[in-house]
Amino acid sequence: MLRIEALPEPSRTMALAAPLIATGITILISSLFFLSLGFNPIDTLHGFFVQPLMSLNGLSEWLLKASPLIIIACGLAIGFRANVWNIGAEGQLILGAIAATGIGLFAPWQDSVFLLPSMIAGAIMAGMAWAAVPAFLRSRMNTNEILVTLMLTYVATLFLSYLVHGPWRDPAGFNFPQTALLPYKATFSVFDHSYRLNSSIFFAIAAVIITWFFLERSFLGFRMSVGGVAPNAARYAGFRSSTAIWVGLLAGGAAAGLAGVGEVAGPLGQLSAHISPGYGFAAIIVAFVGRLHAVGIVLGGLLLSLLYLGGETVQLQYGLPSAIANIFQGLLLFFLLGGNFLINYRIRRIR
Amino acid sequence: MDLFISIFTATVIAATPLIFAALGELIVEKSGVLNLGIEGMMLMGAVFGVWAHFSGMPMTLAILIAIVAGALSSLVFGILALTFMANQYAAGLALAIFGGGVSAFIGRGFGSTPVDAVQPIKIPWLSDLPFLGPLLFQFDPLVYLSLILFVAVSWFLYKSKAGLALRAIGESPESAHAVGYPVIMIRYVAVLFGGAMAGLGGAYLSLVYTPLWVENMTAGRGWIALALVVFAAWRPIRVLLGAWLFGGMTILQLQGQAIGLKIPTELLSALPYIATIVVLVLISRNRMAMVLDFPASLAKPFRPSS
Amino acid sequence: MPPRLELSGINKAYPGVIANDNISFSVQPGEIHAVLGENGAGKSTLMKIIYGAISADSGEIRCDGKLIKEHGPAVSRGLGIEMVYQHFALFESISVVENIALSMPDRMNLPALSAEVRTISKKYGLPIDPNALVLSLSMGERQRVEIVRCLLRNPKLLILDEPTSVLTPQAVQILFETLRQLAQEGCSILYISHKLDEVRTLCHTATVLRGGHVTGRVDPSAASASKLARLMVGHELEEVSRPATQKSKKPLFEVRELRLAAANAMDTALQNLNMEVFGGEIVGIAGVAGNGQNELAAAMSGETVNSDPDAILLESRPVAHLDAGQRRDLGFGFIPEERLGRGAIPPYPLSENALLTAHRQGMTTLGFTKRHRAKDFAAQVIRRFRVKANGPDSIASGLSGGNLQKFIVGREIHLSPKVLLVSQPTWGVDVGAAAYIRQTLIDLSRSGKAVIVISEEVEELFEVCDRLYVMSDGKLSQSIDRKTANIEDIGLLMTSGAEYDYRETNIA
Repeated sequence: MLRIEALPEPSRTMALAAPLIATGITILISSLFFLSLGFNPIDTLHGFFVQPLMSLNGLSEWLLKASPLIIIACGLAIGFRANVWNIGAEGQLILGAIAATGIGLFAPWQDSVFLLPSMIAGAIMAGMAWAAVPAFLRSRMNTNEILVTLMLTYVATLFLSYLVHGPWRDPAGFNFPQTALLPYKATFSVFDHSYRLNSSIFFAIAAVIITWFFLERSFLGFRMSVGGVAPNAARYAGFRSSTAIWVGLLAGGAAAGLAGVGEVAGPLGQLSAHISPGYGFAAIIVAFVGRLHAVGIVLGGLLLSLLYLGGETVQLQYGLPSAIANIFQGLLLFFLLGGNFLINYRIRRIR
Repeated sequence: MDLFISIFTATVIAATPLIFAALGELIVEKSGVLNLGIEGMMLMGAVFGVWAHFSGMPMTLAILIAIVAGALSSLVFGILALTFMANQYAAGLALAIFGGGVSAFIGRGFGSTPVDAVQPIKIPWLSDLPFLGPLLFQFDPLVYLSLILFVAVSWFLYKSKAGLALRAIGESPESAHAVGYPVIMIRYVAVLFGGAMAGLGGAYLSLVYTPLWVENMTAGRGWIALALVVFAAWRPIRVLLGAWLFGGMTILQLQGQAIGLKIPTELLSALPYIATIVVLVLISRNRMAMVLDFPASLAKPFRPSS
Repeated sequence: MPPRLELSGINKAYPGVIANDNISFSVQPGEIHAVLGENGAGKSTLMKIIYGAISADSGEIRCDGKLIKEHGPAVSRGLGIEMVYQHFALFESISVVENIALSMPDRMNLPALSAEVRTISKKYGLPIDPNALVLSLSMGERQRVEIVRCLLRNPKLLILDEPTSVLTPQAVQILFETLRQLAQEGCSILYISHKLDEVRTLCHTATVLRGGHVTGRVDPSAASASKLARLMVGHELEEVSRPATQKSKKPLFEVRELRLAAANAMDTALQNLNMEVFGGEIVGIAGVAGNGQNELAAAMSGETVNSDPDAILLESRPVAHLDAGQRRDLGFGFIPEERLGRGAIPPYPLSENALLTAHRQGMTTLGFTKRHRAKDFAAQVIRRFRVKANGPDSIASGLSGGNLQKFIVGREIHLSPKVLLVSQPTWGVDVGAAAYIRQTLIDLSRSGKAVIVISEEVEELFEVCDRLYVMSDGKLSQSIDRKTANIEDIGLLMTSGAEYDYRETNIA
């Protein structure tokens, strides 16, 4: 008979090993999956996980895609630590992208060096504003933020669709649902014109450093974590839950908004109906894969980004839908959540 | 009059997948478990229903396959959330993403080949009544099934001992365990039922409503179903009314487009989502009234002491 | 005739603690058998093993001579073993009769069951209304529901786990009558308690547990209290010393006409409470569980904020509108009854648990934590209050109940508050640590601070307090000087609300 026992203290070894085990099992299952489709698993896995990294362009794309994931996951982790469940980063990203594009295209200071900085500020504020709605409703009316952030994501998507199909559509764009291209001054400069990687990657680095200091060293970060782990202890100590709610949601909103400007002023260069391949949702996985820790988030972001690239590669080479990247994302999160169990419990055979 | 009939019937039909999914989730949440993965389970049901249909199975069997597909996807969630005590939000989200991926993969060859949709049934005499006939008695059988299931779920929750036990588990799994109920097993059954109902809702979309397979065709209905349960404050009758309200909004917005309202369609489409937020706010302000219906242990992991 | 229940060699270990070590004893039909022991002696674990709610690592249980192989609560009920839990297994959102229906094997027939409930409750003097929602019942009434639920199944063995903690002294006598009546009818009773006088009044035999093993089998009415205590504790009980004191001129802490509506149906509303506490004294708040003590503690600590600032005064300054953190800034300290998850953050090291309330002692600069300061503070608390832990990095949940309580008490006292509120200071704490904590609280008050102790154990309050208030049904009594008070009078005051219930809820 098997019995589940709680460990007296969380296992540190397992805390490090669990994500690795989860990744390993995901890779194993995906190779079985490819095998069942009649593809050589070694080739497909190579196509999925190795090939994208074998060229400078691949590396550039890898970091380019990892960057929004890492930025958003950093912001979300701050909220998740406090049990504030913002799962609408996708909508906050869209609002950020809309604000940035609006400023980039229509601001009167088109020639100013402040054009891009004002877009960044506008995007962050738009993301925060979108997140402020659930923050206000949760702290004042005790409304569940999960549902509100989600509903607002649909609203944001529809609003974006309205803009690019209607008032903001590029008149010279052959009726495509997209805006005009942003002017040069309204985009991040690339490091090399052959590759799309651009200076917005520095925001990801900054986000990781800030998040690390906030979560591991700041007193506010500590207070928020206490609110997440032991809400009664936070109330007992007089840590306000409304602070945690506001900070948690606004951090996620700001990060998502920042990721939004990184997309439109980076690789995309314009606003279109599909500006994000689900970065806002995938970032939730990144935050969990990284165990809500800044360093873990970097690794998780790089891993998920690789899954996206791999999905594109196998789509091109094997004609499989890119949605299978979602299968692997889902699997990875499943195994990771299952693996967390081993950190706090052990299974023992008795008699 | 004809316009009224067509709006009414279209509303009922639009509400039906929501009723299935939300009634299922209601049972899950009443047992104290929160499964956010309805969207994924609905998509699994939708795609497997179409797959079974295209494989030449009769419609009834195709719907059964969809139900099983929904239930099996919920099992993945159940194992994580119940046996491994994982964070239920994360496990549900993973299921939503996973279901989207798997369904897209399975449906990749289905193109937009239309399905021979389930047809409305003719009820002798009743269907031929003037006004009432087209209003009430010319639906497809699944619409009537949704009403039967509503009655069944209400009866189960409030009249049967098993339903009483389910509500008790949702309030306090610790006490239920102490009294001798197998909490984890009963929660598994609830989760599976929720998955089956979501699968049925998905099948309704792909085999009756649309009727064809389109990637990500649920378009947020899984999340609406989730919101509906909260909207209903965990009461089956309000799930039903809420689903009709939402269905009605969708239809009114379509009608608005048809008669050439000057409001952009996207903004109209956003109305149901905004309405959900408004309702959420209204009910969460009235906590006292919810005390008796809210499953107090919702989304909290439970481990029986050993 | 074989014994009703026979245990042989029961063992149960949890990581880091042996809860039951080779326990054997037997209970005869119609016998009231006490299992006596201090908190943490392993009594509750043993009862759950007997009932089948948890499984033993090894050992045998026989009922009426037959070995129980596959055990579980369902098996127990099949054999006629019933258990009244210390923390009731009741569902608050449904009615009494629905609760009872859930533990009956038959199909649900609520009207018939209600009639049965009425019959049983009349027969044994346990008035309850079958249609009442459990959330509207007092703790005493809930216990009656639990007992009636067991009696409906004609038990052969009834297990009661610390049943008197929710009862007034008068209600205890009524319960004892019921139990004696049951025993006379042939039902065996296992009575778990740590209260010597109750066991000596009620029980025929007693098995004494200490540290998970049996230290004695005695006839409790024949054995002296000091012998029982020695068996339970392992040494003579230490008397706390309570030196004379000098009260401050003005009260350090006042409650004035405090009113608080119940936040939900399970809470008690506070009605016009008045109280004052001076520096240099310990004031106790007595009362049966669930009469508003939790709500009062939260209102005093600032976990619940009041709209009227003047309802609570700290050094004559209105503070009722301030939150817990702001009241701490002004010199208020609080030790809650729940250690894990309220007084301490279970998965965090002691250093970060120090940070929880001691951060005002220069542990932050510019919004960043100074972790070495928190570690130093935790290390000082560990040293000064003799907490058994491997230094400031030990995880809070890894400490024993007594040691964690010592850490929390130590942390709060080390902050030198002007007013310290302590709720249930010795719950789940072993005797040695309990005596130490009581003495520490007395010493703090003798240094000129005001100390308020909320406790359900009247004996504890008599041991440490200078004055007492009694809480009943959301109201506070007048102040009572301990020197002139006796336990019976306090019991009557505790009853005023509950006794009323007792007479009024008479069944139709």
